Amino acid sequence: MALVRAHVLICTGTGCTASGAKNVLARFEDELKAKSLDKEVSLVETGCHGFCEGGPLVIIYPEGTFYTRVQPEDVAEIVETHLLKGRIVERLLYKVPLSEEEVPTYEEIPFYKKQHRLVLKNCGHINPDSLEEYIGADGYEGLAKVLLEMTPQQVVEEMKKTGLRGRGGGGFPTGMKWMFCAASPGPKKYVICNADEGDPGAFMDRSLLEGDPHAILEGMAICGYAIGADEGYIYCRAEYPLAIRRLKGAIAQAEEAGLLGENILGTGFNFTLHIKEGAGAFVCGEETALMASIEGKRGMPRPRPPFPAVKGLWEKPSNINNVETFANIPYIFRVGAEKYAELGTEKSKGTKVFALTGKINNTGLAEVPMGITMREIIFEIGGGIIDNKKFKAVQIGGPSGGCLPDSLLDTAIDYDSLIAAGAMMGSGGLVVMDETTCMVDVAKFFLNFTQAESCGKCTPCREGTKRMLEMLTAITEGRGEKGDIEKLEKLAVSIRAGALCALGQTAPNPILSTLRYFRDEYEAHIFDKKCPAGVCTALLDYTITDGCKGCGLCKKVCPVDAISGELKGLHNIDQSKCIKCGACQEKCPFKAIVRA
Amino acid sequence: MELVKVTIDGKTVSVPSDYTVIEAAAVAGIRIPQLCYHSELSKEGACRVCVVEIEGARAPGAACVYPVAEGMIVHTNTPKIRETRKAVVELLLANHPQDCLFCQKNTDCELQTIAAELGIREIPFKGETRKAELDDNNPSLVRDPNKCILCGRCIRACHERQGLDVYGYVNRGFSTIVEPAFSYGLDEVTCTYCGQCAAVCPTAAICEKDDTEKVFAALGNPDKYVIVQTAPAVRVALGEALGLPPGQVVTGKMVAALRKLGFDKVFDTDFTADLTIMEEGSEFLDRVTNGGVLPMITSCSPGWINFIEMKYPDLLPHLSTAKSPQGMFGALSKTFWPETQGIPVEKIFTVSIMPCTAKKAEAVRPQLQSNPGIPDVDAVLTTRELARMIKNMGIEFKDLPEEDYDSPLGTSTGAGVIFGATGGVMEAAVRTVYAILEGKELPGVQYTPVRGLQGIKEASVEVNVGGTPTTVKLAVAHTLSNAATLMDKVRAGEADYHFIEIMACPGGCIGGGGQPQPVNEEIRKQRMAALYSVDEAKTLRQSHMNPDVQKLYEDWLGKPLGEKSHHLLHTHYGVQEREL
Repeated sequence: MALVRAHVLICTGTGCTASGAKNVLARFEDELKAKSLDKEVSLVETGCHGFCEGGPLVIIYPEGTFYTRVQPEDVAEIVETHLLKGRIVERLLYKVPLSEEEVPTYEEIPFYKKQHRLVLKNCGHINPDSLEEYIGADGYEGLAKVLLEMTPQQVVEEMKKTGLRGRGGGGFPTGMKWMFCAASPGPKKYVICNADEGDPGAFMDRSLLEGDPHAILEGMAICGYAIGADEGYIYCRAEYPLAIRRLKGAIAQAEEAGLLGENILGTGFNFTLHIKEGAGAFVCGEETALMASIEGKRGMPRPRPPFPAVKGLWEKPSNINNVETFANIPYIFRVGAEKYAELGTEKSKGTKVFALTGKINNTGLAEVPMGITMREIIFEIGGGIIDNKKFKAVQIGGPSGGCLPDSLLDTAIDYDSLIAAGAMMGSGGLVVMDETTCMVDVAKFFLNFTQAESCGKCTPCREGTKRMLEMLTAITEGRGEKGDIEKLEKLAVSIRAGALCALGQTAPNPILSTLRYFRDEYEAHIFDKKCPAGVCTALLDYTITDGCKGCGLCKKVCPVDAISGELKGLHNIDQSKCIKCGACQEKCPFKAIVRA
Repeated sequence: MELVKVTIDGKTVSVPSDYTVIEAAAVAGIRIPQLCYHSELSKEGACRVCVVEIEGARAPGAACVYPVAEGMIVHTNTPKIRETRKAVVELLLANHPQDCLFCQKNTDCELQTIAAELGIREIPFKGETRKAELDDNNPSLVRDPNKCILCGRCIRACHERQGLDVYGYVNRGFSTIVEPAFSYGLDEVTCTYCGQCAAVCPTAAICEKDDTEKVFAALGNPDKYVIVQTAPAVRVALGEALGLPPGQVVTGKMVAALRKLGFDKVFDTDFTADLTIMEEGSEFLDRVTNGGVLPMITSCSPGWINFIEMKYPDLLPHLSTAKSPQGMFGALSKTFWPETQGIPVEKIFTVSIMPCTAKKAEAVRPQLQSNPGIPDVDAVLTTRELARMIKNMGIEFKDLPEEDYDSPLGTSTGAGVIFGATGGVMEAAVRTVYAILEGKELPGVQYTPVRGLQGIKEASVEVNVGGTPTTVKLAVAHTLSNAATLMDKVRAGEADYHFIEIMACPGGCIGGGGQPQPVNEEIRKQRMAALYSVDEAKTLRQSHMNPDVQKLYEDWLGKPLGEKSHHLLHTHYGVQEREL
């Protein structure tokens, strides 16, 4: 391997690619060649760093300089100033919001400071297409240790000791799951990786698959050894083409290197992996629906028991874990269960990756130890609310999660406290909302999603989510009636009790949690016919105040001729004609039009 | 099977460990409401009407799919469960046409029954309802997807019983619908019109096409001479739809009711069942002695005929060319009867009462017209439709005196009546073919190895064929998935049978798609036993002994396989091509 004096890491994860990282990469290639630096500076494409807000990201080692929002036209300067002259291009450094303080390195910026990157360790730091780089970062050490030094029973016992709980949302203890499947008799078993990430805004699995694919393979192989499976499936949604490409490449490399396939590391252990592309149904993230889909059937859940550990894929005992769960495994077997269990709370061990989205300054992926508070995530890692607006709620746990108010910001995040608060860990999506968010509208948004994604099999989910959505729609359109809240609550409880799978059972959560913490907003919509956040257009009125100078711009822009008034005179909006498009307010140069 | 103790609503029972909670509850004498569950189909757990509380479980479970376990404690009627169950039914009703009073299944609908049982007085939800098109572009079945509650029984019945996949779930969420792929009509897919979907449908989402008005019109038309024939299996099931317990033989009451309805002649398909044996038996002997295509396969079941024409067209030469008993009766009713009675054929309106929905489609086959342009059978009613007509006319069925069929087309032997059960055609054929080959009657008359509800039955008879002692090998299958198993063997050249009987429906015609609901194995057994009791009560039990069949040959038809029979009693088949 040729020695180089500098590494330029360019994130080509999905977020940075979307903001133009490929063009930056191409420009680097050209510039380095032009300056004849291509032999001494190594250009590395990496997976996601999580700080998508600042993309495209470029990190230059050995200094560890962290450049954000790099555009192709910045490349020449970086090459000239940083790589040739050894000076940092300060204007491209990350700046802390408000203080405008420039932060030169990765570790020092607040987004990373509070993180504990154990699962995401390699993401952004190694070339995901390179087996050598993965091995260089201690990859496959865990598998080697397991195969050469441990019995399958010992592996299961070790897993139980970690206290690791499923990262896909359910939070079932992984060691127990492995134990059940290992105990199921039968020569044929399967390991399945659930990579059908579908929660709106969640992309932690995607980043892992794209940024560190070998970690998943290693985790699955260790699981296969523990439960007695020689075959596995990765069920990855087809909307993740880069993840699929990287997985395919990684599987081929691992097979070539004898780390997958027949007689792994000469131990006699065989393990082959297949990729199954999902066709875009959210419900296929539910384990029984996922298995039906692998079998070529319509992705519909079936009732449990029997659980997959007893009767899973093709009726064979199967162990199914989420991507992030598998990504924990190599680390666990490198450092041991005891060390792993030092992190986190008593009942929720390790770390959790959260996808921060919504009205937050630093959108992106953050890995934090269990037990951290919501406040730390949102205000320290996430950098607070955009435009310094007032925090209103955080929606956690995807479409089946719940909305927590500011009074719960200091709750320590773990599986059980979230459930107690009416939310759930889910896959780790965090949608932050500020004072301009209407909570009834939020509930409607998520119901719209679950209703559309219901598989249609069981009555409560298929019919019930539709009726809840209709009631919410009526409320947001000013057609809510006395008794609607009670009706919603009653139906929500019945759906939770009656639905077949977790999708249906948790579909009412957005309603129940917003009713629990923001009931007054529902009441305002129903009884006062007002939307306190000013979101529900049917409940809004645009009115012209005394500030009107009579310029007539609003009248001109109104698409339905609802505004009347003489030039230089006070104008007026005919409410019966107004369609609440807001064009007048936008146009008014005197801010004389108010929405309320 | 190992037994486990389960406590349901305080009552402890020991049940086999492979039972589900609903089955254990039945043992405990506790009935749990159910909609998607069907005792003979795989378990879906979809409708959630049967939710129960299981101590220690995270969420309530569907009793139909929840496996029992030692020490399990179940509550079927807690306030939470009652609320949930009620909400489920209210949700189903909110997306269901509110037209019970004029629905074909009124008073015979499982959804209606459950709504009544749960005491639902209003539907708390108002909103969008499904708007799907009616599929009635075929002679047999009408699908009204708006009445579908997506229980999936039809999907499972079609797949599991018939080995076909006419139906599937389409779309997601509230838009989910059960229909053939690409929203095709039943006439455009591989549907045999067997009606097993209708037989298990809890609502009126899949029904037989109602032809009662057509028949009422003919009965009310003074210019029509209306003849009716009744299939063997109708007499042992009709009573169920009219308030009698399963397994009752109601032949005499049925004949009386048909007379009250105004039919000019009440005849019996059993007569032409005997005639079928004469023709089909002779055809079989001809094939065996003259090197014809073997195995020969029966052709009475129209669902089966559709199936082979669609799925195994290469095996069509194996089919007996003999028309079905309905077909033969139709032909006689439009030739022999008008000719000998001096009635213009145009005046005659022939009605069949059949246990079968596919018979409606059989009746419109162009091959079944003895007079060009005039169908041999004008209308086919299922057992269910006849029951509705009887109710409609205000006839108190239970109190009717028993009456006899008209002569001569109402005369039958025990062999004719057992056509209604799987193995019956084969047994009837054995009784007659044995007599012809051996010159003496089959000892003990009955031939029982082909009886019973086993899916595929094999048997053999030792007979003399042209002086050579021969083992004639027989096979009998009911349901089309069993038929497919046999046909694959025939196609692969692995079947050395001489004669195969196939019936499309479980148990044969007694389990036909047009029979009263509900039906399960227990009820099929009772219907079957009733049929055999009719056979045993008959003095004449072999088709060739039917005096009026003998007379028909002497006076009018000539001999079996003769020219006139060939023309009137035999038919031909063709390939039916379907895209799906």
